[in-house]
Amino acid sequence: MPQPHPASQPALHLAVALDGAGWHPAAWREPGARPKDLFTAAYWAGLVAEAESGLLDFVTIEDSLGLQSSSPTEPDRRTGQVRGRLDAVQIAARIAPLTHRIGLVPTAVVTHTEPFHLSKAIATLDYVSGGRAGLRVQVSVRPHEAELFGRRTFPPLRLDDLGTPGARAVIADSFDEAADYVEVVRRLWDSWEDDAEIRDVATGRFIDRAKLHYIDFEGRHFRVKGPSITPRPPQGQPVVVALAHRTEPFRLVGRSADVGFVTPHDADEAGRIVAEIRAHQAEAGRAEETVHVFADLVVLLDDTDATAAARLSRLDERAGAAFTSDARVFAGTPDGLADLLAGWREAGISGFRLRPAAIPHDLEQITRRLVPELQRRGVFRTAYEAGTLRGLLGLPRPANRYAAVVSSPAETTAAV
Amino acid sequence: MSKPLKQIHLAAHFPGVNNTTVWSDPAAGSQIEFSSFAHVARTAERAKFDFIFLAEGLRLREQGGEIYDLDVVGRPDTFTVLAALAAVTDRLGLAGTINSTFNEPYEVARQFASLDHLSGGRAAWNVVTSWDAFTGENFRRGGFLAQEDRYERARQFLDAARVLFASWRGDEIAADKESGVFLTDADAGRFAHRVAQFDIRGRFNVPRSPQGRPVIFQAGDSEEGREFAASSADAIFTRHGTLEAGRAFYADVKGRLAKYGRAADELKILPGVTYVLGGTDAEAQEKARAIRRMQVSGQTAVKFLEQLWNRDLSDHDPDGPLPAVDPLVGENLVAKGRASVRMFRDPLATAAEWRALAEAKKLTTRELIIEVTGRQTFIGSPETVAHALNEFVQTDASDGFILVPHLTPSGLDDFADTVVPLLQERGVFRTEYEGSTLREHLGLSPVDPARETAAVTASSTATVPTADTVTRTGRARA
Repeated sequence: MPQPHPASQPALHLAVALDGAGWHPAAWREPGARPKDLFTAAYWAGLVAEAESGLLDFVTIEDSLGLQSSSPTEPDRRTGQVRGRLDAVQIAARIAPLTHRIGLVPTAVVTHTEPFHLSKAIATLDYVSGGRAGLRVQVSVRPHEAELFGRRTFPPLRLDDLGTPGARAVIADSFDEAADYVEVVRRLWDSWEDDAEIRDVATGRFIDRAKLHYIDFEGRHFRVKGPSITPRPPQGQPVVVALAHRTEPFRLVGRSADVGFVTPHDADEAGRIVAEIRAHQAEAGRAEETVHVFADLVVLLDDTDATAAARLSRLDERAGAAFTSDARVFAGTPDGLADLLAGWREAGISGFRLRPAAIPHDLEQITRRLVPELQRRGVFRTAYEAGTLRGLLGLPRPANRYAAVVSSPAETTAAV
Repeated sequence: MSKPLKQIHLAAHFPGVNNTTVWSDPAAGSQIEFSSFAHVARTAERAKFDFIFLAEGLRLREQGGEIYDLDVVGRPDTFTVLAALAAVTDRLGLAGTINSTFNEPYEVARQFASLDHLSGGRAAWNVVTSWDAFTGENFRRGGFLAQEDRYERARQFLDAARVLFASWRGDEIAADKESGVFLTDADAGRFAHRVAQFDIRGRFNVPRSPQGRPVIFQAGDSEEGREFAASSADAIFTRHGTLEAGRAFYADVKGRLAKYGRAADELKILPGVTYVLGGTDAEAQEKARAIRRMQVSGQTAVKFLEQLWNRDLSDHDPDGPLPAVDPLVGENLVAKGRASVRMFRDPLATAAEWRALAEAKKLTTRELIIEVTGRQTFIGSPETVAHALNEFVQTDASDGFILVPHLTPSGLDDFADTVVPLLQERGVFRTEYEGSTLREHLGLSPVDPARETAAVTASSTATVPTADTVTRTGRARA
């Protein structure tokens, strides 16, 4: 195997995706699983502490408006899998005071929610975590999820129809709306300049109102006035993330996100996806900005390939079906996974979001086996090098778009 | 006294975004940093308080077309702060004010059920309504509601949330590894609820939380507000700070409970009150006067005047008499995003009262505003204040208090250290938490899902003939 040269390559980034008892539908029945604790704070605190002990960049926390389902498009009435979840932003907030360095990236659905509320929620997560907040935006075009809100309707959606013009139009429209949503969230984060709060006893002014800005967003789907009720968060702009499988979400990553999660099945596909995202990024005028592309992998890790394969078989047998995923499923050894990661990095992937098939086993394999192996190879940190999530990801603290307007009137149009 | 002593309930209001909060004091800290919230919450928990309370404002206030800059400005997101506070406290209730105009029931129910899980049963929801298109400009659906529709939406919103909370009975999760049964019911969380404001259906995705649902607070003194509270709330946040007004309000609201089949102790009445403590009563009075002057600067006095006068008075001298001109009657165009403006139902009459008062007491504009706006409720030595608080509760002017400190974050410290021990000595305040949930702290019996659903069905069908509420419990009965 070619060993990467630590000096020639930036450090690899590693995140773990937390969801219930793990990503395999039978994971909750494994010996170490704690399915009765899924709705307690202690459960989540334990998982994030484990991830932090492995020096991971961040954890993501899955969420959805509707109840989990074995079908991507419809509800089911199954009783043999984990059902029910807690609001991911609140899980992240509940864990924030108990952790110190690891980034916290909850999932939030942007289709039915208010950008004003979500913007201040993530800004506040950034405050309670001391600059470790991120936001994974998720689109929902599922008709049954729309019915939970009763405000709009979506046409029935079948996986087979995703390529039809009608479905493409709905999807494209939803991702355009998501891009507008992220734009509003980001403008609201900037709507207070960092030094807006002056507490000037002499003049009696708590704030310098010239440093608060209306965002005056008007798009096809909504308008939002601003400013936020919450001052600019510690990171300035918390990290925005999206999972992307096809052109519309690739474009969302290119125009709006700091990190894209993608699901290639080999290094070649990884390379093609990175190229497509870079093209969207350039088209959006962001060629100079860092946009990380993370590959998602479902992982089952054991001492030998055979043990991992046998465990997957056992899980599949319990679930009554072979496990399928949008992401590649890796069942093997931590060393083998480290080799795979190295190969995909060559294709332009800068980090990985690992989805542990079973918790705690595969989470602990990541933190206690994979991470030491990556450290041995000189491609992963041996101590947290920054205090904020942006810092861990090598993203600078961005200038405030509205502060730029004040100093350079000529840029007004571009910045607003 | 033959009657047993009532136990006092105490809560801490995080210092607000208004002129009660004195930011110019050298001891004043951040209203945003989590350390401030953690300090107030830990102090409240150390003193065995029932809960901490967060207010809400969804648009920065404006006056004269500009963002109001004389008071504390800015606040964090309520749910996020409360969830984080759950990590640094063990028993303290966590009460958040959440608007029913700019939210949807499914999302709010998810958030409160999540908070209740993550705090082990300590969540409370102060249900409020908004009326103004001004705030609506921050929201995708605008959200403007006619004033008369506000309570109707709030009531229907709360009903819809109750349907969602009751959609899980609590016994659906088996999570039995051996048998492979996670859910005992393939329809867990199923609901359908159709009324004038909401038409929602599906399956709620948060299993039943420790309290069943958050404790419900209502704030507001109007006739509709009182009736809403009597029918639906566990507690009322009032503003009646005097004994006489408190007793009248208490008797009125408690008297409305019977017609909803509720006992008098099923609704707690908790006025929001301020306090100033000193070594002696005289010292406290002196301190109170100094605080009032910090709360009402000359600039602040003029801004208050503009809110009633509904005109630009920026040239007015706060150290001189009230303006000679009369208030402009009609829609208030000067102050936006302020609840207080609605209080001035008859600006001309109020101005006349103020003029008479200023003349009688020889008050300047600033002194007059100090006199007529939000004076401290309880002022004195710890003994005096403890006595007054206890008298208030024992004579049925309230069931306890939501204390509003004037300093962030240390404003509650002296109360916790000096007044609470005196109340404990009198046997009217707990020395240890007896329960783990907020309902238990408040002496409320556990939520009964069947009763919740029945109440929703009755209240929906009473006013909306087309109401069609089907829940698991409802179906089982049918």
